[in-house]
Amino acid sequence: MKRLFILVGVLLAAHLGLLLAHRGGAAAETGTGPSVGVVFDVGGRGDKSFNDGAYLGGTRAARTLGARVRFIEPGEGSDREAGLRLLAAEGSDLVLGVGFIFTDDLTGLAREYPKVHFAGVDYALQTDAAGNVVPPPSNLSALKFREEEGSFLVGAIAALAGGSKKVGFVGGMDIPLIHKFEAGYRAGVMHVCPDCEVLVGYAGVTPEAFRNPGKGKEIALSQYQAGVHVIFHASGSTGLGVFEAARQTGHYAIGVDADQWAEAPGHVMTSMVKGVDPAVFDAIKRVKDGDFTGGVRSFGLAEDGVGYVYDEHNRALIPDAVRARVEQLRREIIAGRIKVPSTR
Amino acid sequence: MSDLSNATPAPLGGAASGTPAVEMDGIVKTFGPVTANAGATLSVGAGEIHALVGENGAGKSTLMRVLGGGFAPDAGTVRVLGRDVTGWSTQDAIRAGVGIVHQHFMLVPTLTVAENVVLGSEPRRGLQLDGRRALDEVRALSERSGLRVPADRTVAELSVGEAQRVEILKTLYRGARILVLDEPTAVLSPPEVEELWTVLRRMRGEGATIVIITHKLDEVMAISDRITVMRHGRTVERLATADTTPTEIARAMVGRDVVLPSFTSDAVKAAGEGALQVRDLTVRDARGVTVVDSVSFDVAPGEILGIAGVEGNGQTELLEALAGLRAAVGGVVRIDGRDVGGTSVRRRADAGLSHIPEDRHRRGLILDYSVADNLVLGQQHHFARRGVMDRAAVARNAAEKVAAFDIRPPSAALPARALSGGNQQKIVIAREMGRDFRVLLAAQPTRGVDVGAIEFIHGQLREARAAGKAVLLVSADLQEVLALADRVAVMYGGRFVAVLPRAAASEEVLGRYMTGAQPRNDA
Amino acid sequence: MTTTALPASEPRPRGAVRAALEETLLPPVVALLIALVIGDLLILAFGQSPAAVYRLLLEGTWGNAYGLGQVLYKTTTLTFTGLAVAIGLRAGVFNIGAESQLAAGGCAAALVGLALPAGVPGLLAVPLCIAAAALGGGAVGAVPGVLKAKFGAHEVIVTIMLNFVVLALLNWFVASKLHVPETLHTPEIHTGAVPRLSDAAAAFHGSAANATLAVALLAAVAMGFYLFRTRRGYELRAVGLQPDAAEYGGVSAGGVWIRALMLSGAIAGVGGINYVLGYKHYYEEGFAGGAGFLGIAVALVGRNHPGGVVLAALLFATLSQGGLAIHALVPKQMVEVFQAVVILAVAVSVPEVRRVLLSARRVQA
Repeated sequence: MKRLFILVGVLLAAHLGLLLAHRGGAAAETGTGPSVGVVFDVGGRGDKSFNDGAYLGGTRAARTLGARVRFIEPGEGSDREAGLRLLAAEGSDLVLGVGFIFTDDLTGLAREYPKVHFAGVDYALQTDAAGNVVPPPSNLSALKFREEEGSFLVGAIAALAGGSKKVGFVGGMDIPLIHKFEAGYRAGVMHVCPDCEVLVGYAGVTPEAFRNPGKGKEIALSQYQAGVHVIFHASGSTGLGVFEAARQTGHYAIGVDADQWAEAPGHVMTSMVKGVDPAVFDAIKRVKDGDFTGGVRSFGLAEDGVGYVYDEHNRALIPDAVRARVEQLRREIIAGRIKVPSTR
Repeated sequence: MSDLSNATPAPLGGAASGTPAVEMDGIVKTFGPVTANAGATLSVGAGEIHALVGENGAGKSTLMRVLGGGFAPDAGTVRVLGRDVTGWSTQDAIRAGVGIVHQHFMLVPTLTVAENVVLGSEPRRGLQLDGRRALDEVRALSERSGLRVPADRTVAELSVGEAQRVEILKTLYRGARILVLDEPTAVLSPPEVEELWTVLRRMRGEGATIVIITHKLDEVMAISDRITVMRHGRTVERLATADTTPTEIARAMVGRDVVLPSFTSDAVKAAGEGALQVRDLTVRDARGVTVVDSVSFDVAPGEILGIAGVEGNGQTELLEALAGLRAAVGGVVRIDGRDVGGTSVRRRADAGLSHIPEDRHRRGLILDYSVADNLVLGQQHHFARRGVMDRAAVARNAAEKVAAFDIRPPSAALPARALSGGNQQKIVIAREMGRDFRVLLAAQPTRGVDVGAIEFIHGQLREARAAGKAVLLVSADLQEVLALADRVAVMYGGRFVAVLPRAAASEEVLGRYMTGAQPRNDA
Repeated sequence: MTTTALPASEPRPRGAVRAALEETLLPPVVALLIALVIGDLLILAFGQSPAAVYRLLLEGTWGNAYGLGQVLYKTTTLTFTGLAVAIGLRAGVFNIGAESQLAAGGCAAALVGLALPAGVPGLLAVPLCIAAAALGGGAVGAVPGVLKAKFGAHEVIVTIMLNFVVLALLNWFVASKLHVPETLHTPEIHTGAVPRLSDAAAAFHGSAANATLAVALLAAVAMGFYLFRTRRGYELRAVGLQPDAAEYGGVSAGGVWIRALMLSGAIAGVGGINYVLGYKHYYEEGFAGGAGFLGIAVALVGRNHPGGVVLAALLFATLSQGGLAIHALVPKQMVEVFQAVVILAVAVSVPEVRRVLLSARRVQA
């Protein structure tokens, strides 16, 4: 028993010793620009696309604009609001939530802290009972992407460069947000190849559907089996299974959100990239420049908010004629001559 | 280690010269403020069978743990074959050929006998256990040592006696030449005990040294060459077996004179209706094997019916079926004329059935519950009002029972785990016999308790008989059965093969029935 | 073991009180100190000052009303899931399904809150929602109980599998029938919301703490009473400690397992109202957020005692909320590692310390 008390004493001494071992205060944030807080979704950091894009935008702003940026990754659902609130209460100039799931919390906090600027990536616009869109509060900027436009272009690439009348689409969770990708993709395919067929599969109806590579591979394999050469996925890490299937069968996949070439080099025809990085950077810059306004800010082809990858890696996979045709389509969409549907 | 030659008891180097195999001197071992060994000494000659006796808590097991490297002594020296090994480790002890067979088996039930024996020093083929070789080696060792075991069966299927043989084999396999057996006979039937003695004598003949911990005096007399008696952590007596008597040993153990068990025939029973009536009771085990085979008997008020038999012949299942813990496939059980067949444990208890289970650690007590809570186990519904336990009543009950049954230490708040084996058994006895009951099932009521407690428990059983209770006594200890029972039934292969009046029963006669040697005899 | 050292008649009331105190206080103190020392080393490894990090952690949690409110909010859910796991463990069954039971309870509460018209007074609506939550969670808990008692199916496997099944079903149900477009949640309930702590004390403004905390504390008290004062509790613990001895004592182990897992599920289910009635007023997919699994750690650290569970819930809630506050200095993963260290320290040191204490006491006895 005496040994136990000695143990307690030793531990206590060790703890006090370690407390004194490092006497520095909290690391001071440097920079003179606006103070910015970014809250990721639960488990978001490290997704190599969406959340990491926001991180990139934030760090770039810190580097080039002198912004003092803090990142928070919540541990659980109720931490989303807590993280936003923490940053707002500290008097940040801009508080940013990454993901549509932040919509309600951002709306509420924007009303509560009218002096703080808020921005929500993929902020979901609410409709009232009469079906009218409710505008976001004036200090809240909804950063939205016209993913259907980018999807349209990769759809055209899939149909033109795939070498098959059948093209595939793998979605994550079966929800309107993902239907946008599907609708644009399908329209792109049909625009260049009216007699083509689009095979569609969704991984599920729960958020789990975005984290199920096994399911993704299963769907992709069956589509390749059915004669598909190229599959576009909009399914988070479920897409890793799609890449795996492409590599295994020697077919092609199209990545989403970020350049996903590295997931299966040689088998990623292109990626439909979403400019979260520039959108976040833009929001920070607007705060610094003092011209931040609320409302919807939509990023499409015209704003370089969406696009597709064409670089030294995948140049060999996309013939020049296809590239020219797709660039032509891009210009037509920007000019408004082609209307890309966002619902299926 | 896996070399089989290790297992052969080789002649001991120092034995011939007269160096003691084990010499422990002035051993002190304290746990906190309490002293388990207070200057104990032990000297065991090479090639002898040495009995280490003493009451529960006298410090025998601690002393042997010190020898086996389990504890380092606070003071004193330990010499093995003349070499000072004080404070050595368990591994050192095993390597030097000191093997300890513990009271509680340390076997893996799901492994086979052979796998258990070789565990820790397995013969290997590449990275894998060489099962074939293990089996052959264990069979050969079993053959040579006389410890018969089914090497290819799993330990879970074995009887206690067989499991114990596996434990001994295990130490032999590791090359033990100084063997310590901690209460080896507590779980054995008389024929199994005899068999063990044969094995031990054979090992002694081959030069092995054996220390046997026990508090059964007849065993001490039967097997040992010399005796060391411990009391309160000290060595109080060293005797040569040939020059002493059981009474003398008992006096040294307890420190006062003790009445040794012998049959006392109280005026017995008004014959008539059995308080417990059993007709054609048949029980099958989980595998569908018939373990109790249409057994019929009566126990009259004021009678003790003893059941003798080698363990594993259906006694356990019979009692469990009577207590309602095991479903019977056929037959009738009446308590005081009331049919209780198919009713719950609680119903039977309320009908007047008390039950001292054979394994108090597994069934009889909830070791982490306080003494007070254990004293209401099975009766908890009588100590609750509208579902809420009546704590005052529980405490009152505990105070009464602790005093009446001399449970020590007299603190009802202690967990049962903290009490010695004898006092734990007293809790069970106090609970089952300290209330109004008609029929008592007493299974191994004195297993693993010391001489003083045995005396007390036997007294309780006799009192119950005098008070007109019906007692069904199952014991592996033939002497106990003969000391208490008015009639003795012998169970073999799930049947009653004989029911004898006490006068016709002797160890010899019973022993023959127990091995199934004789056809059914009428009583 | 031996009667040597102590005269048997010596009364030891003071010694007994001291022993009880030591047994209660020493194990957690040792565990916490071990965790703190390892935490110090972790923080130093990130080049930060442990003192600064701990200060920030305390300021962000107990240092202001909002932080405290958040801690209390998290404590509430963790208390429920911790109690749920604890009552199972007391009966010797390991409920890994608190996560889905919590979600099922929350969903059931939301359904009742949506089904009731807006005019129904809270005094009626809240108990109805709580009952629904208990039923929802209890139903999920009953499944492994019945399967174990009747068919011997191991509850660990059944509850783990049920987590997948139930969460998938709930999410499918909400996604396909009930959700507000572009979100993962149901509409707001019409009635049954419970007051926020900030309604009583404005300082707590913004924090999610609400009256469910009182329900959690009540549940802890009720569970303590059930376990330690009632016959059913006596029997439940007996089965958990020694099922064979309990059967000998006339207790049906199977019945106790069913009852314990149902109660466990019901307690976890009621935890769902913290979010649904107290915070967001709707059911949202994934709102459980791992609280069900963390409940296992809470029960372990709280040693399956209701009081211990509340304290352990408070500890883990503090770490969780504090993790947000110290985000600027150390990565979130460090907080997670620290939580794991706490669990390991408790798991390793508590039985060890108790063993030392107990062996010392046993020798005395």
